[in-house]
Amino acid sequence: MNTPNPITATTCRDTPVLKERGQREVFCGLTGIIWLHRKMQDAFFLVIGSRTCAHLLQSAAGVMIFAEPRFGTAILEETDLAGMADAHEELDREVARLLSRRPDIKQLFLVGSCPSEVIKLDLARAAERLTQVHAPHVRVLNYSGSGIETTFTQGEDACLASMVPVLPTTDQRELLLVGALPDVVEDQAVSLLTQMGIGPIRVLPAPRTAETPGVGPNTVFACLQPFLGDTAAALTRRGAHHIQAPFPFGEEGTTLWLRAIADEFGVDETTFERVTAAPRARARKAIANASEHLNGKTIFFMPDSQLEIPLARFLTRECGMEAIEIGQPFIHKGLVGPDLDLMPAGPTISEGQDVDKQLDRVRAARPDLTVCGLGLANPLEAEGLTTKWAIELVFTPVHFYEQAGDLAGLFSRPVRRRALLKLEAAE
Amino acid sequence: MKLTVWTYEGPPHVGAMRVATAMKGLHYVLHAPQGDTYADLLFTMIERRDHRPPVTYTTFEGRDLGEDTAGIFKVTCQEAYDRFQPQAMIVGASCTAELIQDDPGGLAETMQIPVPVIPLELPSYQRKENFGSDETFYQIVRALAAPMDRTPDVTVNILGPLALGFRHRDDIEEVKGLLFEMGIGINVVAPFDATPEDITRLGAAHANVVLYPEHAESAARHLERTFDQPYTKTVPIGVGATHDFVAEVAALCGVEPRKDLSRLRQPWWSKSVDSTYLTGKRVFLFGDATHVKAAARIARDEMGFEVVGLGCYNREFARPIRELAKEFNVPALITDDYLEVEKAIEDAAPEMILGTQMERHIGKRLGIPCAVISAPVHVQDFPARYSPQMGWEGANVIFDTWIHPLVMGLEEHLLAMFREDFEFHDEAGPSHHGGHAPKPVDAARTPDRVEEERVSEAQPETGSDVMVWLADAEMELKKIPFFVRGKARRNTEKFAADQGLHEISLDTLYEAKAHFAR
Repeated sequence: MNTPNPITATTCRDTPVLKERGQREVFCGLTGIIWLHRKMQDAFFLVIGSRTCAHLLQSAAGVMIFAEPRFGTAILEETDLAGMADAHEELDREVARLLSRRPDIKQLFLVGSCPSEVIKLDLARAAERLTQVHAPHVRVLNYSGSGIETTFTQGEDACLASMVPVLPTTDQRELLLVGALPDVVEDQAVSLLTQMGIGPIRVLPAPRTAETPGVGPNTVFACLQPFLGDTAAALTRRGAHHIQAPFPFGEEGTTLWLRAIADEFGVDETTFERVTAAPRARARKAIANASEHLNGKTIFFMPDSQLEIPLARFLTRECGMEAIEIGQPFIHKGLVGPDLDLMPAGPTISEGQDVDKQLDRVRAARPDLTVCGLGLANPLEAEGLTTKWAIELVFTPVHFYEQAGDLAGLFSRPVRRRALLKLEAAE
Repeated sequence: MKLTVWTYEGPPHVGAMRVATAMKGLHYVLHAPQGDTYADLLFTMIERRDHRPPVTYTTFEGRDLGEDTAGIFKVTCQEAYDRFQPQAMIVGASCTAELIQDDPGGLAETMQIPVPVIPLELPSYQRKENFGSDETFYQIVRALAAPMDRTPDVTVNILGPLALGFRHRDDIEEVKGLLFEMGIGINVVAPFDATPEDITRLGAAHANVVLYPEHAESAARHLERTFDQPYTKTVPIGVGATHDFVAEVAALCGVEPRKDLSRLRQPWWSKSVDSTYLTGKRVFLFGDATHVKAAARIARDEMGFEVVGLGCYNREFARPIRELAKEFNVPALITDDYLEVEKAIEDAAPEMILGTQMERHIGKRLGIPCAVISAPVHVQDFPARYSPQMGWEGANVIFDTWIHPLVMGLEEHLLAMFREDFEFHDEAGPSHHGGHAPKPVDAARTPDRVEEERVSEAQPETGSDVMVWLADAEMELKKIPFFVRGKARRNTEKFAADQGLHEISLDTLYEAKAHFAR
């Protein structure tokens, strides 16, 4: 007779996910514009939304707002809400004005927001119409960065996915790297792969519209970021082959990511060793220096960017930390599965958020370090908890070997600071 | 639709958040989608608050839209009450929830919440942040303030200070001091640090002191109508305004206008000969109406500046600002478009800008010194040190703040006097860097040669490519101290363009100088 045999999870992949709904303390997808517009140098991002959307971008972009950024908000007014036909005419007029003022713009994204989605403003049709009007000089695309559909980095996913159907078709066997990374990091990745003899290598998004990569049945692609689920699906639909790997954070992550691509392209072990040995050693050394203060410390991730699982993998395996809870706004197992496999079961894996309940868990666990958004960081610090604000992890170069030490440093700095400050009077 | 990059004001629900965050024991339930929580970080980061704003968001998602967003609101509202046990609640919708028409006020009314729940109607597509704060505070006062006997001693309420207000924290202390010197007690300060229970006691004061009309005028009017409490119309920013304020409060309360001026240093600072060079400095003012109004008076009457332009971004106060502009004989600029502000500043060519965070950046771009006088401001204008704008200490703070960006008088003279000195030209660099040690002379790069290169390099930046500087004019331009050279170049080119000239001679340069002279 079979006795009930409880299935115990062995890795984080088998761990049942705690799914929560309630108040979320996260950015919406519009914030993706702030880094995407730096990466795509001839694109303009036009949000169709409310004053709230404009205020959000302003608050999130900080000083960047003063540098004549290539983004803006077409603020819906009372009259736009009254009649729909009117809104399309208004949009056409604003776009025409914008494009005449910025003739350098080759690609215009109409970015949907909560208000534009609730009133069902058809931006897809508007984009088609405007593409015809402004062809061949400007291509107009649309995607949604609304809070009701997207969380923070999902905005980049939605944007890249909107580009996939219009990528030119190619039969070439090319490696496509997907995800917007700082140039310096992207160059490092391309250089390592090139030294292994892999190529041609293309990137999505390309810095300029003229360099837009092609895609086809011989394309193989690897994601640089864990939040690109829709883009990966769209590329797969166009016949491209997805290389699955842990994400390139830390020495181990970078090596496994490179190895997966090297295997796909039949790179031999000697070549792989020759190319990676020196940077691997550098990365290990830098991590060892920076992670001295992280060893044995506990960490709690509030959901923010979907980077949480790969980062937890890096911090637990390479910096000696212990994860208590790894919160994610959304878990795409097809992408983060390899990272989950590397972590032994133990931490709570949560998806979604009910912020007050989650804060109760933080307070009960009193982790040594809490990774959270800026709306929570100072209040938690005031309660005596040490925090690392999460947004910096998206804006700072943290991928690949040369940044591995910096990445560990981002987490160790708040811990070191807490130990350094002597603000109370000596007893 | 209106294309916007920078906004001076947020949406009205942010104004409501500023009231809620300023208060204690009040909780705001906001019907809003995921993402609207971004506003929390204005309070936790810019104002560096050590607690979360008392705001619960319903965070509805796309898939909820066809279903029961009203149900989500009710559950959220109940849970917020259960968790935070506030003395009162405010409920309302953000811009997206306004479109789905769930009516938070009506929904909350059907629930059994045992404390007052005050509904807010904030039209997101017509109004902005300051309206939101004024309306929210008014609704709270209207709902909670009860008639009651006046306090036996003379007391007033201080109305208007908010969370995320420009120097509100320290202005309260300064005004409390002014009132204390007259023997006037404080009944309630609100919304800052007030509880809903405090709001119920507003009626006990003899009068109201309105510090920021943008945020409290509606409430003050209501209290005047309902409880017969007069309120102050003078905002005590600047020495003259503070004197007037003291007189006004004394008259309203029937007390002696006693003042302690022992700490007031601004008038002597401004009279001292070192300040002579401030005379007639051309300033441009922009910000919220209250601060611009106060700054205009200080600039003219207390600093001896010339106001060459002024305006505000909050349309609610367009009328008083237009009147003020008439008084100063300059055009009034009522706009929330920073490009218009930049244009107006360029046209007025001031020597100094007094404005918001945005004008600071405009000033940087145009090379004009700037001091901040009004919200919106960034984190550096929520300082740790005591730095009010109001009252006597406020006048001291303002004097220091405004003159720091200007080149000091003596410095200006020395630079002009010795500008052709062999050790003291623009390329020499600071002496403590060894810039004056004899260097092997590179014949190809004498200072003059370097300067010529710089001039020719700088030319494309002027934006007037067709303008040709003749050699003598260019030589003369080089003699002008570097920190005003850019302005001289711009002014001369503008003058030449206005005259239809394409060449700038020595005469043109001096005609332009005479034209712009005051």
